[in-house]
Amino acid sequence: MRGLIYACGWLAIIILGAIAAFLIHNSVRAIQEAGIGTMLSTTAWYPTSSPGKFGLLPLIVGSLYVTGVALLVSVPVGVGAAVFISEFSGRRVKDVMKTIIEFMAAVPSVVYGLIGVAVLIPLVKDIFALDSGMTALTGGVVLGIMSIPTVITISEDALHAVPADLRRGSAALGNTRWQTTYKVTLPAAGSGIFAASMLGLGRAIGETMAVLMLTGNAAVMPASVLESVRTMTGTIAAEMGEVVQGGLHYSVLFAVGLVLFIITFAINLAADLVLERQRKRWRR
Amino acid sequence: MVIPMQLSADGGAVITAVRDAEYTAEVTGGAIGSFSLTDVSVAYGRDRVIEGVTMDVPAHAVTALIGPSGCGKSTLLRCLNRMNDELGNVHVGGRITLDGQDIMGKAMDPVELRMRVGQVFQRPNPFPMSIFDNVAYGPRTQGIRSRTELSDLVEATLRSSALWDEVKNSLKKHAFELSGGQQQRLCIARALATRPEVILMDEPASALDPISTQQIEDTIAALKSSVTIVIVTHNMQQAARISDKTAFMLRESLEAPAFLVEMGDTKRMFTNPEDTRTESYITGRFG
Repeated sequence: MRGLIYACGWLAIIILGAIAAFLIHNSVRAIQEAGIGTMLSTTAWYPTSSPGKFGLLPLIVGSLYVTGVALLVSVPVGVGAAVFISEFSGRRVKDVMKTIIEFMAAVPSVVYGLIGVAVLIPLVKDIFALDSGMTALTGGVVLGIMSIPTVITISEDALHAVPADLRRGSAALGNTRWQTTYKVTLPAAGSGIFAASMLGLGRAIGETMAVLMLTGNAAVMPASVLESVRTMTGTIAAEMGEVVQGGLHYSVLFAVGLVLFIITFAINLAADLVLERQRKRWRR
Repeated sequence: MVIPMQLSADGGAVITAVRDAEYTAEVTGGAIGSFSLTDVSVAYGRDRVIEGVTMDVPAHAVTALIGPSGCGKSTLLRCLNRMNDELGNVHVGGRITLDGQDIMGKAMDPVELRMRVGQVFQRPNPFPMSIFDNVAYGPRTQGIRSRTELSDLVEATLRSSALWDEVKNSLKKHAFELSGGQQQRLCIARALATRPEVILMDEPASALDPISTQQIEDTIAALKSSVTIVIVTHNMQQAARISDKTAFMLRESLEAPAFLVEMGDTKRMFTNPEDTRTESYITGRFG
Protein backbone atom coordinates (compact mmCIF):
# COMPACT_ATOMS: atom_id res chain seq x y z
CA MET A 1 0.00 0.00 0.00
CA ARG A 2 2.78 2.34 0.92
CA GLY A 3 4.57 1.41 -2.28
CA LEU A 4 1.45 2.30 -4.26
CA ILE A 5 1.23 5.76 -2.71
CA TYR A 6 4.91 6.34 -3.42
CA ALA A 7 4.38 5.21 -7.01
CA CYS A 8 1.52 7.70 -7.44
CA GLY A 9 3.76 10.43 -6.16
CA TRP A 10 6.57 9.58 -8.50
CA LEU A 11 4.19 9.06 -11.41
CA ALA A 12 3.71 12.82 -11.85
CA ILE A 13 7.45 13.30 -12.23
CA ILE A 14 7.75 10.29 -14.53
CA ILE A 15 4.95 11.57 -16.76
CA LEU A 16 6.57 15.00 -17.01
CA GLY A 17 9.92 13.40 -17.86
CA ALA A 18 8.25 11.12 -20.39
CA ILE A 19 6.56 14.06 -22.11
CA ALA A 20 9.88 15.86 -22.42
CA ALA A 21 11.60 12.71 -23.72
CA PHE A 22 8.76 12.05 -26.17
CA LEU A 23 8.87 15.61 -27.53
CA ILE A 24 12.63 15.51 -27.91
CA HIS A 25 12.58 12.07 -29.54
CA ASN A 26 10.03 13.14 -32.13
CA SER A 27 11.77 16.47 -32.74
CA VAL A 28 15.11 14.85 -33.60
CA ARG A 29 14.38 14.60 -37.29
CA ALA A 30 13.32 18.24 -37.47
CA ILE A 31 16.39 19.35 -35.56
CA GLN A 32 18.68 17.37 -37.88
CA GLU A 33 17.04 18.12 -41.23
CA ALA A 34 15.51 21.56 -40.78
CA GLY A 35 18.08 22.73 -38.22
CA ILE A 36 17.42 24.48 -34.90
CA GLY A 37 19.11 27.69 -36.03
CA THR A 38 17.11 27.85 -39.25
CA MET A 39 13.83 27.11 -37.49
CA LEU A 40 14.35 29.73 -34.79
CA SER A 41 15.69 32.48 -37.06
CA THR A 42 13.75 32.38 -40.33
CA THR A 43 10.32 33.79 -40.95
CA ALA A 44 8.95 31.66 -43.75
CA TRP A 45 6.47 29.01 -42.70
CA TYR A 46 5.56 26.98 -45.82
CA PRO A 47 5.45 23.44 -44.49
CA THR A 48 3.76 21.96 -47.56
CA SER A 49 5.89 23.49 -50.29
CA SER A 50 8.78 21.41 -51.57
CA PRO A 51 11.15 21.59 -50.02
CA GLY A 52 9.16 22.74 -46.98
CA LYS A 53 10.19 25.91 -45.21
CA PHE A 54 10.02 25.73 -41.47
CA GLY A 55 10.68 29.16 -40.01
CA LEU A 56 9.07 29.17 -36.55
CA LEU A 57 9.57 32.86 -35.92
CA PRO A 58 6.13 34.01 -37.14
CA LEU A 59 4.51 31.43 -34.85
CA ILE A 60 6.61 32.40 -31.84
CA VAL A 61 6.01 36.11 -32.43
CA GLY A 62 2.32 35.37 -32.97
CA SER A 63 2.15 33.63 -29.61
CA LEU A 64 4.04 36.49 -27.94
CA TYR A 65 1.70 39.13 -29.40
CA VAL A 66 -1.37 37.27 -28.29
CA THR A 67 -0.06 36.53 -24.79
CA GLY A 68 1.27 40.09 -24.47
CA VAL A 69 -2.21 41.46 -25.10
CA ALA A 70 -3.64 38.82 -22.76
CA LEU A 71 -1.27 39.95 -20.01
CA LEU A 72 -2.30 43.59 -20.46
CA VAL A 73 -5.89 42.52 -19.91
CA SER A 74 -5.53 39.88 -17.20
CA VAL A 75 -3.01 41.51 -14.86
CA PRO A 76 -4.69 44.88 -14.21
CA VAL A 77 -8.17 43.39 -14.01
CA GLY A 78 -7.06 40.31 -12.06
CA VAL A 79 -4.95 42.18 -9.52
CA GLY A 80 -7.62 44.84 -9.14
CA ALA A 81 -10.25 42.20 -8.46
CA ALA A 82 -7.95 40.42 -6.01
CA VAL A 83 -7.37 43.67 -4.10
CA PHE A 84 -11.11 44.29 -3.96
CA ILE A 85 -11.86 40.77 -2.74
CA SER A 86 -9.04 40.63 -0.22
CA GLU A 87 -8.99 44.18 1.15
CA PHE A 88 -12.33 45.86 0.59
CA SER A 89 -15.18 43.36 0.38
CA GLY A 90 -17.14 41.86 3.23
CA ARG A 91 -17.19 38.16 3.89
CA ARG A 92 -20.41 37.51 2.00
CA VAL A 93 -19.34 39.39 -1.12
CA LYS A 94 -16.00 37.61 -0.94
CA ASP A 95 -17.63 34.16 -0.90
CA VAL A 96 -19.90 35.03 -3.82
CA MET A 97 -17.01 36.46 -5.83
CA LYS A 98 -14.83 33.42 -5.23
CA THR A 99 -17.59 31.08 -6.40
CA ILE A 100 -18.16 33.14 -9.53
CA ILE A 101 -14.44 33.11 -10.28
CA GLU A 102 -14.37 29.33 -9.97
CA PHE A 103 -17.23 29.16 -12.47
CA MET A 104 -15.31 31.48 -14.76
CA ALA A 105 -12.34 29.13 -14.68
CA ALA A 106 -14.55 26.14 -15.41
CA VAL A 107 -16.08 27.50 -18.63
CA PRO A 108 -14.60 25.53 -21.57
CA SER A 109 -12.28 27.58 -23.73
CA VAL A 110 -14.30 26.84 -26.87
CA VAL A 111 -17.20 28.74 -25.28
CA TYR A 112 -14.96 31.76 -24.76
CA GLY A 113 -13.98 31.31 -28.40
CA LEU A 114 -17.63 31.33 -29.49
CA ILE A 115 -18.31 34.51 -27.57
CA GLY A 116 -15.20 36.03 -29.11
CA VAL A 117 -16.40 35.12 -32.60
CA ALA A 118 -19.88 36.51 -32.01
CA VAL A 119 -18.98 39.68 -30.12
CA LEU A 120 -15.33 40.64 -30.28
CA ILE A 121 -14.47 39.94 -33.93
CA PRO A 122 -17.12 42.35 -35.32
CA LEU A 123 -16.29 44.83 -32.57
CA VAL A 124 -12.56 44.91 -33.36
CA LYS A 125 -13.34 45.12 -37.08
CA ASP A 126 -15.55 48.17 -36.57
CA ILE A 127 -13.46 50.00 -34.00
CA PHE A 128 -10.20 49.80 -35.95
CA ALA A 129 -11.85 49.83 -39.40
CA LEU A 130 -10.15 46.59 -40.46
CA ASP A 131 -10.95 44.18 -43.28
CA SER A 132 -11.08 41.36 -40.77
CA GLY A 133 -11.67 41.31 -37.05
CA MET A 134 -9.52 38.21 -36.64
CA THR A 135 -6.40 39.68 -35.09
CA ALA A 136 -3.82 39.08 -32.37
CA LEU A 137 -5.70 41.70 -30.35
CA THR A 138 -8.97 39.78 -30.57
CA GLY A 139 -7.39 36.52 -29.48
CA GLY A 140 -5.34 38.26 -26.80
CA VAL A 141 -8.31 39.99 -25.19
CA VAL A 142 -10.25 36.73 -24.97
CA LEU A 143 -7.19 34.88 -23.64
CA GLY A 144 -6.72 37.65 -21.11
CA ILE A 145 -10.29 37.24 -19.90
CA MET A 146 -9.73 33.49 -19.69
CA SER A 147 -6.62 33.85 -17.54
CA ILE A 148 -8.21 36.38 -15.15
CA PRO A 149 -9.36 33.64 -12.72
CA THR A 150 -5.79 32.36 -12.40
CA VAL A 151 -4.44 35.84 -11.73
CA ILE A 152 -7.19 36.63 -9.21
CA THR A 153 -6.85 33.39 -7.28
CA ILE A 154 -3.06 33.48 -6.89
CA SER A 155 -2.94 37.25 -6.22
CA GLU A 156 -5.67 36.91 -3.62
CA ASP A 157 -3.68 34.14 -1.91
CA ALA A 158 -0.63 36.41 -1.88
CA LEU A 159 -2.57 39.32 -0.39
CA HIS A 160 -4.20 37.02 2.14
CA ALA A 161 -0.76 35.80 3.24
CA VAL A 162 0.28 39.34 4.24
CA PRO A 163 -0.03 39.38 8.05
CA ALA A 164 -3.01 41.32 9.41
CA ASP A 165 -0.61 42.95 11.90
CA LEU A 166 0.98 44.90 9.05
CA ARG A 167 -2.38 46.35 7.99
CA ARG A 168 -3.19 47.23 11.61
CA GLY A 169 0.24 48.79 12.03
CA SER A 170 -0.39 50.98 9.04
CA ALA A 171 -3.92 51.88 10.15
CA ALA A 172 -2.58 52.75 13.60
CA LEU A 173 -0.27 55.27 11.92
CA GLY A 174 -3.24 57.12 10.51
CA ASN A 175 -3.49 55.55 7.08
CA THR A 176 -6.75 54.91 5.32
CA ARG A 177 -7.44 51.42 4.08
CA TRP A 178 -6.59 52.46 0.54
CA GLN A 179 -3.26 54.03 1.60
CA THR A 180 -2.44 50.88 3.54
CA THR A 181 -3.24 48.75 0.50
CA TYR A 182 -0.96 50.52 -1.93
CA LYS A 183 1.82 51.41 0.49
CA VAL A 184 2.12 48.20 2.51
CA THR A 185 -0.08 45.31 1.44
CA LEU A 186 0.51 45.39 -2.31
CA PRO A 187 4.32 45.76 -2.08
CA ALA A 188 4.41 43.03 0.57
CA ALA A 189 2.49 40.71 -1.75
CA GLY A 190 4.51 41.86 -4.77
CA SER A 191 6.33 38.65 -5.50
CA GLY A 192 3.12 36.63 -5.20
CA ILE A 193 1.38 38.99 -7.60
CA PHE A 194 4.30 38.63 -10.00
CA ALA A 195 3.94 34.86 -9.76
CA ALA A 196 0.20 35.20 -10.39
CA SER A 197 0.93 37.15 -13.56
CA MET A 198 3.41 34.51 -14.67
CA LEU A 199 0.95 31.68 -14.10
CA GLY A 200 -1.71 33.65 -15.96
CA LEU A 201 0.81 34.03 -18.76
CA GLY A 202 1.47 30.28 -18.72
CA ARG A 203 -2.26 29.67 -19.01
CA ALA A 204 -2.55 32.09 -21.93
CA ILE A 205 0.45 30.88 -23.90
CA GLY A 206 -0.70 27.27 -23.79
CA GLU A 207 -4.31 27.96 -24.77
CA THR A 208 -5.29 26.59 -28.18
CA MET A 209 -8.96 26.47 -29.05
CA ALA A 210 -9.93 30.10 -28.50
CA VAL A 211 -6.92 31.48 -30.39
CA LEU A 212 -7.53 29.09 -33.24
CA MET A 213 -11.03 30.49 -33.57
CA LEU A 214 -10.11 34.15 -33.19
CA THR A 215 -6.71 35.07 -34.58
CA GLY A 216 -7.20 34.28 -38.27
CA ASN A 217 -4.20 31.92 -38.34
CA ALA A 218 -2.09 33.61 -41.01
CA ALA A 219 1.44 32.31 -40.50
CA VAL A 220 3.22 35.50 -41.49
CA MET A 221 5.26 37.93 -39.40
CA PRO A 222 2.71 40.38 -37.98
CA ALA A 223 3.56 44.09 -38.04
CA SER A 224 1.13 44.93 -35.24
CA VAL A 225 -1.44 43.33 -32.97
CA LEU A 226 -4.10 44.44 -35.43
CA GLU A 227 -2.97 41.79 -37.92
CA SER A 228 -3.86 38.18 -38.13
CA VAL A 229 -1.41 35.83 -36.42
CA ARG A 230 -0.92 32.13 -35.99
CA THR A 231 0.21 30.91 -32.60
CA MET A 232 2.37 27.88 -31.85
CA THR A 233 -0.52 26.05 -30.24
CA GLY A 234 -2.86 26.89 -33.10
CA THR A 235 -0.33 25.60 -35.63
CA ILE A 236 0.00 22.25 -33.96
CA ALA A 237 -3.74 21.80 -33.60
CA ALA A 238 -4.54 22.90 -37.14
CA GLU A 239 -1.83 20.99 -39.00
CA MET A 240 -1.35 17.81 -37.03
CA GLY A 241 -4.30 16.11 -38.74
CA GLU A 242 -2.86 16.61 -42.21
CA VAL A 243 0.76 15.53 -41.86
CA VAL A 244 2.44 12.27 -42.80
CA GLN A 245 3.23 10.30 -39.66
CA GLY A 246 6.96 10.32 -39.06
CA GLY A 247 7.54 12.87 -41.84
CA LEU A 248 9.59 16.08 -41.53
CA HIS A 249 6.53 18.32 -41.11
CA TYR A 250 5.30 15.96 -38.41
CA SER A 251 8.63 16.22 -36.61
CA VAL A 252 8.71 20.01 -36.93
CA LEU A 253 5.33 20.23 -35.21
CA PHE A 254 6.84 18.28 -32.33
CA ALA A 255 9.69 20.77 -32.28
CA VAL A 256 7.09 23.55 -31.98
CA GLY A 257 5.60 21.59 -29.10
CA LEU A 258 9.03 21.34 -27.52
CA VAL A 259 9.56 25.11 -27.75
CA LEU A 260 6.17 25.62 -26.14
CA PHE A 261 6.97 23.08 -23.44
CA ILE A 262 10.25 24.81 -22.61
CA ILE A 263 8.62 28.26 -22.46
CA THR A 264 5.76 27.17 -20.19
CA PHE A 265 8.09 25.10 -18.03
CA ALA A 266 10.39 28.10 -17.53
CA ILE A 267 7.47 30.41 -16.73
CA ASN A 268 5.98 28.04 -14.18
CA LEU A 269 9.35 27.37 -12.60
CA ALA A 270 10.05 31.09 -12.25
CA ALA A 271 6.63 31.65 -10.72
CA ASP A 272 7.12 28.78 -8.28
CA LEU A 273 10.52 30.03 -7.17
CA VAL A 274 9.11 33.47 -6.51
CA LEU A 275 6.14 32.05 -4.59
CA GLU A 276 8.43 29.88 -2.48
CA ARG A 277 10.57 32.90 -1.61
CA GLN A 278 7.48 34.78 -0.51
CA ARG A 279 6.31 31.86 1.64
CA LYS A 280 9.68 31.73 3.40
CA ARG A 281 9.55 35.44 4.08
CA TRP A 282 6.35 35.31 6.13
CA ARG A 283 7.28 32.15 7.99
CA ARG A 284 9.86 33.91 10.13
CA MET B 1 17.71 63.32 24.55
CA VAL B 2 15.85 64.74 21.59
CA ILE B 3 12.18 64.19 21.93
CA PRO B 4 9.62 64.40 19.18
CA MET B 5 7.55 67.12 20.77
CA GLN B 6 10.51 69.46 20.88
CA LEU B 7 11.23 68.66 17.30
CA SER B 8 7.77 69.71 16.25
CA ALA B 9 8.35 73.08 17.87
CA ASP B 10 11.42 73.88 15.82
CA GLY B 11 11.12 71.34 13.03
CA GLY B 12 9.33 73.63 10.60
CA ALA B 13 6.31 71.65 9.47
CA VAL B 14 3.24 72.33 11.50
CA ILE B 15 0.99 69.34 11.76
CA THR B 16 -2.70 69.98 12.14
CA ALA B 17 -2.99 67.32 14.79
CA VAL B 18 -0.33 68.91 16.94
CA ARG B 19 -1.79 72.37 16.51
CA ASP B 20 -5.21 71.11 17.57
CA ALA B 21 -3.62 69.44 20.55
CA GLU B 22 -1.93 72.65 21.60
CA TYR B 23 -5.19 74.47 21.23
CA THR B 24 -7.04 71.95 23.39
CA ALA B 25 -4.14 71.94 25.82
CA GLU B 26 -4.93 75.56 26.62
CA VAL B 27 -8.45 74.51 27.40
CA THR B 28 -7.43 71.59 29.58
CA GLY B 29 -4.64 73.33 31.40
CA GLY B 30 -1.41 72.54 29.64
CA ALA B 31 -1.05 68.80 29.78
CA ILE B 32 -1.35 67.20 26.34
CA GLY B 33 -2.42 63.61 25.99
CA SER B 34 -4.84 62.92 28.82
CA PHE B 35 -7.83 60.66 28.34
CA SER B 36 -11.07 60.75 30.22
CA LEU B 37 -13.37 57.73 29.97
CA THR B 38 -16.94 57.88 31.17
CA ASP B 39 -19.10 54.75 31.41
CA VAL B 40 -17.35 53.11 28.46
CA SER B 41 -18.81 49.83 27.25
CA VAL B 42 -17.82 47.55 24.36
CA ALA B 43 -19.85 44.86 22.63
CA TYR B 44 -18.77 42.40 19.95
CA GLY B 45 -22.05 41.94 18.16
CA ARG B 46 -24.42 40.99 20.99
CA ASP B 47 -21.67 39.92 23.35
CA ARG B 48 -21.06 42.67 25.88
CA VAL B 49 -17.41 42.36 26.83
CA ILE B 50 -16.76 45.56 28.77
CA GLU B 51 -19.16 47.72 30.74
CA GLY B 52 -19.11 50.81 32.87
CA VAL B 53 -15.45 51.76 32.71
CA THR B 54 -14.89 55.25 34.05
CA MET B 55 -11.32 56.39 34.48
CA ASP B 56 -8.89 59.22 33.85
CA VAL B 57 -5.59 58.59 32.11
CA PRO B 58 -3.16 61.34 33.12
CA ALA B 59 -0.88 63.02 30.62
CA HIS B 60 2.87 62.37 30.55
CA ALA B 61 2.67 59.31 32.76
CA VAL B 62 2.63 55.58 32.29
CA THR B 63 -0.72 53.94 32.93
CA ALA B 64 -0.77 50.16 33.12
CA LEU B 65 -3.87 48.08 32.37
CA ILE B 66 -3.65 44.76 34.18
CA GLY B 67 -5.96 41.80 34.66
CA PRO B 68 -6.35 38.15 33.73
CA SER B 69 -6.47 36.99 30.11
CA GLY B 70 -9.72 37.81 28.37
CA CYS B 71 -10.66 40.65 30.71
CA GLY B 72 -10.83 43.17 27.87
CA LYS B 73 -7.60 45.11 28.49
CA SER B 74 -6.61 45.09 24.83
CA THR B 75 -10.16 45.84 23.74
CA LEU B 76 -10.28 48.87 26.03
CA LEU B 77 -6.87 49.96 24.75
CA ARG B 78 -8.13 49.81 21.17
CA CYS B 79 -11.00 52.15 22.09
CA LEU B 80 -8.43 54.87 22.67
CA ASN B 81 -7.34 55.05 19.03
CA ARG B 82 -10.55 53.60 17.61
CA MET B 83 -8.78 50.57 16.24
CA ASN B 84 -11.91 48.62 17.17
CA ASP B 85 -13.46 50.32 14.14
CA GLU B 86 -11.17 48.20 11.98
CA LEU B 87 -12.47 44.93 13.39
CA GLY B 88 -16.08 45.46 12.34
CA ASN B 89 -19.20 44.59 14.33
CA VAL B 90 -17.78 46.22 17.45
CA HIS B 91 -19.90 48.74 19.28
CA VAL B 92 -18.33 51.15 21.73
CA GLY B 93 -20.60 53.10 24.09
CA GLY B 94 -20.05 55.82 26.66
CA ARG B 95 -17.78 58.81 26.24
CA ILE B 96 -14.04 59.07 25.68
CA THR B 97 -12.27 62.39 25.43
CA LEU B 98 -8.68 63.19 24.55
CA ASP B 99 -7.67 66.54 26.03
CA GLY B 100 -11.32 67.34 26.44
CA GLN B 101 -12.21 66.55 22.84
CA ASP B 102 -14.71 63.77 22.13
CA ILE B 103 -12.94 61.09 20.08
CA MET B 104 -15.89 58.83 19.40
CA GLY B 105 -18.19 61.24 17.64
CA LYS B 106 -18.45 61.88 13.92
CA ALA B 107 -16.45 65.08 14.34
CA MET B 108 -13.30 63.05 15.05
CA ASP B 109 -11.65 61.51 12.03
CA PRO B 110 -10.10 58.19 13.16
CA VAL B 111 -7.22 58.76 10.76
CA GLU B 112 -6.37 62.04 12.47
CA LEU B 113 -6.89 60.51 15.90
CA ARG B 114 -4.38 57.76 15.14
CA MET B 115 -1.71 60.30 14.29
CA ARG B 116 -2.20 61.70 17.77
CA VAL B 117 -2.53 58.31 19.46
CA GLY B 118 0.08 55.85 18.22
CA GLN B 119 0.13 52.14 18.91
CA VAL B 120 2.77 49.47 19.45
CA PHE B 121 1.56 45.92 18.99
CA GLN B 122 2.15 42.69 20.86
CA ARG B 123 4.36 41.19 18.18
CA PRO B 124 6.81 43.43 16.35
CA ASN B 125 5.24 44.26 12.98
CA PRO B 126 7.76 46.26 10.96
CA PHE B 127 6.75 46.86 7.35
CA PRO B 128 8.67 44.96 4.68
CA MET B 129 10.88 47.93 3.79
CA SER B 130 14.05 49.59 5.03
CA ILE B 131 14.57 50.80 8.61
CA PHE B 132 14.46 54.41 7.40
CA ASP B 133 11.27 53.91 5.40
CA ASN B 134 9.61 52.22 8.36
CA VAL B 135 10.17 55.24 10.59
CA ALA B 136 9.40 57.73 7.81
CA TYR B 137 6.15 55.92 6.99
CA GLY B 138 3.89 57.94 9.29
CA PRO B 139 5.45 61.33 8.55
CA ARG B 140 5.16 60.65 4.82
CA THR B 141 1.46 59.93 5.34
CA GLN B 142 1.27 63.34 7.01
CA GLY B 143 2.71 64.86 3.85
CA ILE B 144 6.30 65.50 4.93
CA ARG B 145 8.45 65.15 1.83
CA SER B 146 11.66 67.05 2.59
CA ARG B 147 14.55 64.63 2.78
CA THR B 148 16.42 66.54 5.48
CA GLU B 149 13.34 66.94 7.59
CA LEU B 150 12.62 63.21 7.32
CA SER B 151 16.22 62.31 8.20
CA ASP B 152 16.13 64.56 11.26
CA LEU B 153 12.86 63.03 12.34
CA VAL B 154 14.10 59.48 11.80
CA GLU B 155 17.24 60.15 13.81
CA ALA B 156 15.34 61.85 16.64
CA THR B 157 12.78 59.10 16.98
CA LEU B 158 15.33 56.29 16.71
CA ARG B 159 17.28 58.00 19.49
CA SER B 160 14.10 58.22 21.56
CA SER B 161 13.51 54.51 21.18
CA ALA B 162 17.18 53.77 21.99
CA LEU B 163 17.84 52.12 18.65
CA TRP B 164 19.89 54.82 16.93
CA ASP B 165 23.35 53.64 17.98
CA GLU B 166 22.65 50.14 16.71
CA VAL B 167 21.30 51.10 13.29
CA LYS B 168 22.74 54.52 12.43
CA ASN B 169 25.07 53.03 9.83
CA SER B 170 22.52 50.70 8.32
CA LEU B 171 19.34 52.72 7.89
CA LYS B 172 18.87 51.27 4.42
CA LYS B 173 18.90 47.73 5.72
CA HIS B 174 15.68 45.75 5.50
CA ALA B 175 13.78 45.92 8.78
CA PHE B 176 13.36 42.13 8.82
CA GLU B 177 17.10 41.75 9.37
CA LEU B 178 16.80 43.23 12.86
CA SER B 179 16.35 41.07 15.95
CA GLY B 180 12.93 40.82 17.61
CA GLY B 181 13.82 43.35 20.29
CA GLN B 182 15.26 45.75 17.75
CA GLN B 183 12.19 45.36 15.58
CA GLN B 184 9.97 46.27 18.52
CA ARG B 185 12.05 49.37 19.27
CA LEU B 186 11.78 50.21 15.57
CA CYS B 187 8.01 49.96 15.91
CA ILE B 188 8.16 52.34 18.88
CA ALA B 189 10.22 54.77 16.80
CA ARG B 190 7.73 54.39 13.98
CA ALA B 191 4.86 55.23 16.34
CA LEU B 192 6.79 58.23 17.72
CA ALA B 193 7.51 59.59 14.27
CA THR B 194 4.01 60.98 13.78
CA ARG B 195 4.70 63.02 16.95
CA PRO B 196 1.76 61.58 18.88
CA GLU B 197 0.52 62.75 22.25
CA VAL B 198 -0.13 59.22 23.39
CA ILE B 199 1.36 55.82 22.65
CA LEU B 200 -0.68 52.70 23.33
CA MET B 201 1.29 49.53 23.96
CA ASP B 202 -0.36 46.12 23.89
CA GLU B 203 1.98 43.78 25.78
CA PRO B 204 4.94 45.17 23.84
CA ALA B 205 7.50 42.92 25.48
CA SER B 206 5.59 39.65 25.69
CA ALA B 207 7.28 38.21 22.60
CA LEU B 208 10.77 39.31 23.63
CA ASP B 209 13.68 37.95 25.66
CA PRO B 210 14.57 39.45 29.08
CA ILE B 211 17.31 41.76 27.78
CA SER B 212 15.12 43.15 25.02
CA THR B 213 12.31 43.53 27.55
CA GLN B 214 14.64 45.54 29.78
CA GLN B 215 15.53 47.82 26.86
CA ILE B 216 11.86 48.38 26.04
CA GLU B 217 11.15 49.24 29.66
CA ASP B 218 14.04 51.70 29.74
CA THR B 219 12.70 53.27 26.57
CA ILE B 220 9.25 53.63 28.13
CA ALA B 221 10.73 55.28 31.21
CA ALA B 222 12.61 57.76 29.06
CA LEU B 223 9.61 58.54 26.88
CA LYS B 224 7.06 59.46 29.49
CA SER B 225 8.37 62.98 29.93
CA SER B 226 7.23 63.73 26.39
CA VAL B 227 4.35 61.41 25.69
CA THR B 228 1.52 59.71 27.55
CA ILE B 229 1.85 55.93 27.62
CA VAL B 230 -0.92 53.41 28.18
CA ILE B 231 0.38 49.87 28.42
CA VAL B 232 -1.39 46.53 28.66
CA THR B 233 0.68 43.95 30.43
CA HIS B 234 0.34 40.47 31.87
CA ASN B 235 3.48 40.89 33.85
CA MET B 236 2.83 42.19 37.40
CA GLN B 237 6.47 43.04 38.03
CA GLN B 238 6.58 44.99 34.79
CA ALA B 239 3.50 46.99 35.73
CA ALA B 240 5.00 47.70 39.17
CA ARG B 241 8.36 48.71 37.68
CA ILE B 242 7.33 51.03 34.89
CA SER B 243 3.89 52.48 35.57
CA ASP B 244 2.70 55.47 37.56
CA LYS B 245 -0.96 54.49 37.54
CA THR B 246 -2.42 51.02 37.45
CA ALA B 247 -5.92 50.01 36.43
CA PHE B 248 -7.12 46.51 37.30
CA MET B 249 -9.82 44.97 35.10
CA LEU B 250 -11.70 41.75 35.65
CA ARG B 251 -14.24 39.60 33.88
CA GLU B 252 -15.69 37.31 36.50
CA SER B 253 -17.67 35.07 34.16
CA LEU B 254 -18.26 34.72 30.44
CA GLU B 255 -21.91 35.73 30.95
CA ALA B 256 -21.04 39.08 32.51
CA PRO B 257 -18.99 41.81 30.87
CA ALA B 258 -15.61 42.87 32.23
CA PHE B 259 -15.36 45.94 34.41
CA LEU B 260 -12.80 48.16 36.08
CA VAL B 261 -12.20 46.92 39.63
CA GLU B 262 -10.08 49.84 40.71
CA MET B 263 -7.49 52.29 39.52
CA GLY B 264 -4.91 54.26 41.42
CA ASP B 265 -1.26 55.11 41.93
CA THR B 266 0.80 52.04 41.13
CA LYS B 267 2.59 52.16 44.45
CA ARG B 268 -0.64 52.12 46.40
CA MET B 269 -2.25 49.50 44.14
CA PHE B 270 0.61 47.11 44.75
CA THR B 271 1.03 47.76 48.47
CA ASN B 272 -2.42 48.64 49.73
CA PRO B 273 -5.19 47.80 47.24
CA GLU B 274 -8.72 48.75 48.19
CA ASP B 275 -10.39 45.73 46.66
CA THR B 276 -9.65 42.19 47.86
CA ARG B 277 -9.86 40.94 44.26
CA THR B 278 -7.03 43.28 43.31
CA GLU B 279 -4.98 41.95 46.16
CA SER B 280 -5.65 38.34 45.19
CA TYR B 281 -4.64 39.03 41.61
CA ILE B 282 -1.42 40.92 42.26
CA THR B 283 -0.29 38.42 44.85
CA GLY B 284 -0.81 35.74 42.24
CA ARG B 285 -3.76 33.88 43.68
CA PHE B 286 -5.56 33.78 40.32
CA GLY B 287 -5.17 34.85 36.71
